[in-house]
This record gives sequence, C-alpha cells and structure tokens, in this order.
Amino acid sequence: MTHASRTLSVLALGAIAATALSGCVAKQSTDPAASFTVSSTDSACDVSTGTATSGTLTFEVTNAGDQVTEFYLLAEDGLRIVGEVENIAPAASRTLTVVAQPGDYYTVCKPGMIGDGVGKAAFTVTGDKVAVDGPDAEQKQRAVDLYAAFVKDQVGALVPDVAELVSAYTAGEDERARELFPLARASYERIEPVAEALGDLDPRIDYREVDAVAEGLEWTGFHRIEKDLWQPASDALNSDGETPAWQDWAPSTPEERGEYGDLLTADVQELFDYVHSEEFTTVLADQGIAGISNGAVALLDEVATGKISGEEDWWSHTDLYDFAANVEGSKMAFSLVQELAASKGADGQDLVDEIATGYADLESALAQHGSLQDGFVPFTDLTDGDRRELIDLINALAEPLSQLTATTLS
Amino acid sequence: MPHDDEQPRAGLSRRGLLGLAAGGGAALALAGGGIGYALGAPRRDADDEDRHAFFGEHQAGITTEVQEHLHFAAFDMMPRSDRRDLIELLQDWSYAASRLTQGLEVSASGATGGGPESPPDDTGEAMGLHAANLTITFGFGPTPFANEDGDRYGIGDRRPAKLERLPAFLGDDLDPAQSGGDLCIQVCADDPQVAVHAIRNLSRIAFGRAKLRWSQLGFGKTSRTSAEQQTPRNLFGFKDGTANILADDRDALDAHVWAGDDDPDWMAGGSYLVARKIAMLIETWDRVRLGEQERIFGRDKAEGAPLSGGTEMTPPKLAGLDVHSHVRLAHPDSNDGVRILRRGFNYVGGNNALGRLDAGLFFLSYQRDPAQFIALQKRLSTDLLVEYIRHVGSGVWAVPPGATSGSYVGAALFA
Repeated sequence: MTHASRTLSVLALGAIAATALSGCVAKQSTDPAASFTVSSTDSACDVSTGTATSGTLTFEVTNAGDQVTEFYLLAEDGLRIVGEVENIAPAASRTLTVVAQPGDYYTVCKPGMIGDGVGKAAFTVTGDKVAVDGPDAEQKQRAVDLYAAFVKDQVGALVPDVAELVSAYTAGEDERARELFPLARASYERIEPVAEALGDLDPRIDYREVDAVAEGLEWTGFHRIEKDLWQPASDALNSDGETPAWQDWAPSTPEERGEYGDLLTADVQELFDYVHSEEFTTVLADQGIAGISNGAVALLDEVATGKISGEEDWWSHTDLYDFAANVEGSKMAFSLVQELAASKGADGQDLVDEIATGYADLESALAQHGSLQDGFVPFTDLTDGDRRELIDLINALAEPLSQLTATTLS
Repeated sequence: MPHDDEQPRAGLSRRGLLGLAAGGGAALALAGGGIGYALGAPRRDADDEDRHAFFGEHQAGITTEVQEHLHFAAFDMMPRSDRRDLIELLQDWSYAASRLTQGLEVSASGATGGGPESPPDDTGEAMGLHAANLTITFGFGPTPFANEDGDRYGIGDRRPAKLERLPAFLGDDLDPAQSGGDLCIQVCADDPQVAVHAIRNLSRIAFGRAKLRWSQLGFGKTSRTSAEQQTPRNLFGFKDGTANILADDRDALDAHVWAGDDDPDWMAGGSYLVARKIAMLIETWDRVRLGEQERIFGRDKAEGAPLSGGTEMTPPKLAGLDVHSHVRLAHPDSNDGVRILRRGFNYVGGNNALGRLDAGLFFLSYQRDPAQFIALQKRLSTDLLVEYIRHVGSGVWAVPPGATSGSYVGAALFA
C-alpha cells in the first residue's frame, strides 16, 4: 500500500467511526431529576429536604453568606465525597448533579473553604439500586471494536511498507530506501502504544542505539537501518551527545543488511499476528474504553518527550513524520470516544470541543513544515521558536486530553 | 445565574482545569466506590499565623512582611487567545490562588481525591506543608493592551499612560528571554516547595491560554517591609534597603506606592511593579578590598551603618559619603524625595559556561509610577557598583487592586 492511500484509509475509518457512533448516541432515558435547594450561609447549610428516592438528584446551591462557599454530599462515613460543587461566590448559585444509590449520606457546606464545614445533616436515599451503565455499554463496545479494526488496518499497511523498505535496503538502493524510511514508520507510529505494551517487540523494532546499548540488547530494527542509510560523519556523536557515532559500530555489510532486514520483517509479522490474535482482542476488551483514550494521551506524550527533541530519528532527521503520525493516531483514538465524552453533559461537550480545537491548532502548526503526503522539512530546520510553538500547542491539547478518560468513564 | 462573557462570572470557568472537577452538571455515579476521596481538607492543620488573606483592598505580596523565598513567573498569552480566555484565566488563577494561599490544595478534589482515572488537579508536592505565608500577586504588562493584532482583548483604551516598556539604561545587557511578559505572577513563601508548587499549578491551569515566558527562583530576601524584620544582606554581603517603605507607614505608601488619581479607575488600590534581574560579577567583587567595598556602598559592612557615622538606622549624612556611592545616589535626598518599596531576592542559577556563579539580585520594586524607578535608575548610572553588576532582565507590570471575595484579580479592567 502506498503511503498516500494509507493516510486516506485512516481518514475513511475515522469517518466510519463518527458515523457509526453518531448513530447510537442513545441518551440515558431516566426519570426527570429530583431537585433540591440548598442555602449556604456563614453558619447554616439548609437543604430543602433530607430524604430522596434513588436516581439522579440535583442540588441547586445558593450562597447566602459573605464568603466563597462549597457544598458536599458525603457518604455514610461522613468523609468520602460523593459529589461536590466549589467556588460558589456570595449571592451566586451552582448546581450539583449526582446519581445517588440508596443509602445514608450527609450534606454539608463549607463557607470560606476551610475547616470541617457547617450545617452537616443526614440525607437519606431510599428506593432501588440504579443501573449506571447500560445504554453506554453498546457504544463502548463499538468504540473498542473500531479501535481494534484501526490497529489491524495500520499493521496491515505496515507489513508491505516494511517489505518495500527492506527490499530497497538489502538491495543497496539507498536513495530509494531513504525515501521509504519515514513513510514506512508512519503506520507504526500511529499505533505505537499497542506495540510498546508487548514488552520485547518495540525494543527490537524501534530502539535507538543508545537505548539498546544501555539495556545490553543487540541493536536491531528501524534505527539500525536508519544509521546505515544516513551514515554519520567520522566525528559525529550519538544522540546521547557523548559517545562517538563510530564507537562499536560500523556500516552493515550486505550480509548484515540481509539479517537486519529479515529481523525487522519477522518482528513486524509478529506484531501483525498478535493484533489478529484472540489475546489482543481480550486485552483490548479488558482495557475497554479507557485503553483507547489513554492511548490517545500516550501518543501525544511520545511527541512531547521524544519527537520534539529530535532524538528519535537522530541520523535521518525525519522526526516530523513520526510526530505527524503520532498525532494522527492520537486523534483517531479520540474520535472513537468523543461522542461518548460529549454525551456526558455540558462539561463533556466543552471538553470535546476544546480537544478538537487543540488537534486543529496543532495540525495547522505542523502543516507549516510539510505533510506526510508531500514530505516534511528535516527536523534540524526547525528554529527554537518553531519548536516552542509546537510544544505550547501540545501542552494546550494534552491538558484537556488528560481528562478524557475520566469524563468518558463517568 | 446568567453568564455574560463580558462580565465577571461567579464560579469557575468550564474551560479551565478545575471545571470538570467542579462537576457543575456532570453526573457523578455512586456505584462501586469509584469516587473515594476525603472531604477537601487543608494540606495540614491550618495555622492562622502563617496565612495571608487573598481577597482584600490591595493584593497581598506588596506590603506583606517579606518572605524567605520567591518564584516569579512571566507569561505570554497564546496567539489564539481572546478576551474570554484572558478573563477566564484570571478567574481560574484567582480561585486557585485564593485556595493555595490558605494552605489548601488547588481544588476541592486536590492531589488524590479526583479518582484513579484522571490526573489529579493538584500536583501534590505541597501535601503536608503549611501555607508558609504564601502570597500570589498578579500583574499586567504593557503588551496585552496593544499587540500585533491590534486590541485583541478589548482593553486598549484602558492602558494606564504610565504602563510603558522601560527606557534603555546605561549598562543594560538585557536578554529578551528574561524580560517582559503579558502577565506576571510574583509568588513568595517561607518554604521554597510551597512557592514552586504555586507556580507549577498556575502554569498548568494556563496551558492553552497562556504560556510561560520566563521564570526566576529567588532566596534570601534582600529587603524588609516591617520594623521587626532584620535588614537582610545581598550577595555582595551588604545590608541594602535599610530605608525601605514599611507596611505600617500609610502616608509613605499612599504617597509613593499605591496608584493615584491620575490612574484609570481599575487601578485604584493597585501599584506598578518593576522587576530587574541584576547579575553580580561575584568573583571580581570578592577580590575588592574591604575599604573599597564599603566606600562603594557607603556603608560599613559589619553593621550596615552609614560611613558618615552612627548605627544602621542612623540617617546618612550624604556629604560625608563618596559622591558616587550607592547609598548616596539612591537616597531620596539625592532624588527629589523619590522613594520606592523594594522587595528583591538573591538568586543563584548554578554557574555559567565560564565557571562563574550565575548569581545576583532579582530586584523587585513597587511604586505608584514606574517613573520613580526610572529616575532612580538614571541617577544610579554613575554608581560605583555599576562596574560589578549587569542588568540582564527587565519588566514592568500594572498590579491591579486586590479582588473582592468571590471575584477575581483585574475584574474592574473588564467591567
């Protein structure tokens, strides 16, 4: 599969996902929420009633005191917080919504934000236990299935791309191999967390020389090939900035190229077999929806720690290809859970909007330096200002993204 | 209650880090003990004696008795930000600061109470620590009032005439990467971990709206603001700032520190902050003989007494000092009575490439008009000390009045 068509397949899958998910945004159809009013003063915390029936409860908290206040619903031990609203300014109101199970609770206000609070009172919930998943479950399963399909699609593209790269590399067609190298990595970079979870597979496929040396492993994989293709100058240093590039290293002989090529081919095939195995399906199912959104975060962390420093592709300087692929993979994972997150009230929708804006801003900043289709400038062409712009946008995206899992699971 | 983007809003913005934790509208499920955190307790049993009120007529951290440690940070708004971003950032910062200064975690769920699936709101390194006299003071630089897009925040017509980039001074060696900034936060505390915790959490809240431009750690206060405090020493080993404006000197504060009638209304009760990062050529200074060091300062090194006679608190007789000594040139009598409130800290940032200590004075002063600092700094151009210092960083900010309870710092600017 050529590089361009692979990217299209990502986008197409994204569209499928969005369509599929929007088709099943079954809003939880519960009874209208029971409403209570709370008046918080400097010495009292008056709740309109002390009993309720299990289900969705809404507390409209009004601050009738002079200090900023907080309202808590506590569990029967009087310590564990079941729900809270904070930063309620004098004369202002805020709403707390909880799904309450039958049991004994306490309500308490905390004017001035300090101390044990005032007006602590018993609050009793009667009735039947409330199911809190249900309508979501099907939607979650669909997202997990789509993510599995996405991973398989990417690894499916990786196998022939690597074959093409290895073929050029072993044949000594270095110029061709240099063109293929950054593109062959892209589908791997989109799903990197999946391979990283496998223990020894990622080290064999994607370790840099300094990592392999530090762990006493034989150095194989993409970056071994990279160093052969972009042979360092005689006085160059490795990415640790210290060891000479030619220390304990020499360009691979044709025979060695054959061996390294075969190893990478075999390792990629092993990854392919794994993602098509029962084991992989089980792992994804166990992780559930959290595995997907945490994967979105992990890919952005890859960018923030490895790619932005230019240490990943030390000899080829093709880090921006990896960067773009990491972002694409992260965005894909996000797209699978965004409908679910957006269904979690106004805060969920706001979070999704902010994350979507974050991806858009990061993509347009990255587009100033090229694209996967047309190629990126070498990482070394970026100025400090360019890198600063990218890292600021990564921070802007990663903070809200880090809230995605909790919101999706709520 | 209805929200108007142009008006100060009660409560948290939904877009901030704290928005989700606040759960305004989010349904929190009870099943399975997923939410198991303790009632938002202070990090440690509160001690009224080491807490300063955040809300009030003036921002804390100006006349507040100078603490032992500083973390100062300057921020630039993100290019994509708008007026609403700026307002919400100030709201979120103010709310966080109102908690942190009371020894509380940054939000009610704090460092460990938000459940296992989300990163904690609070970064956690201040758990178990007192408030440590923490103060958090916010300021506006000249740049948000006029930027390359024109008036992006809709406050261009409210820029105080006094708020302008400082002029160039003789001997300036300024690094743009340690100068300026749309916004600043001065954090002072008696525990360095408490100070760093505040800047770290406030920076995190800002992600996506504002970005850190530069920051500076300081230790060992170099000024005092109350008569009970000893006059501290700078890294030259001298007491400086003996004649500082003290917190109980209301007349002097009104005359020299608090913004006046010639300021926009939103600055009533505010002040102007000047920061100068002044590198000291430590190694060179340390080779100067004692008599010369004392002549340069105009004070005796042991007691801090003026060389014109008496003890530390004896007013100097200027005629008895070298005409270019630091005390003589900086004295109000040499400057038409101009005074400023100094609040500087020593700093050491390791060493430079030449193996010299990267050390000096992080000078901070509050005044009703930056012109006071400008006049003094011009006068100091012939200071004998000039040979041993370099001004490497600079900034000026309008520090608005304190926030009223439940509101935010700078609210009047957007009213």
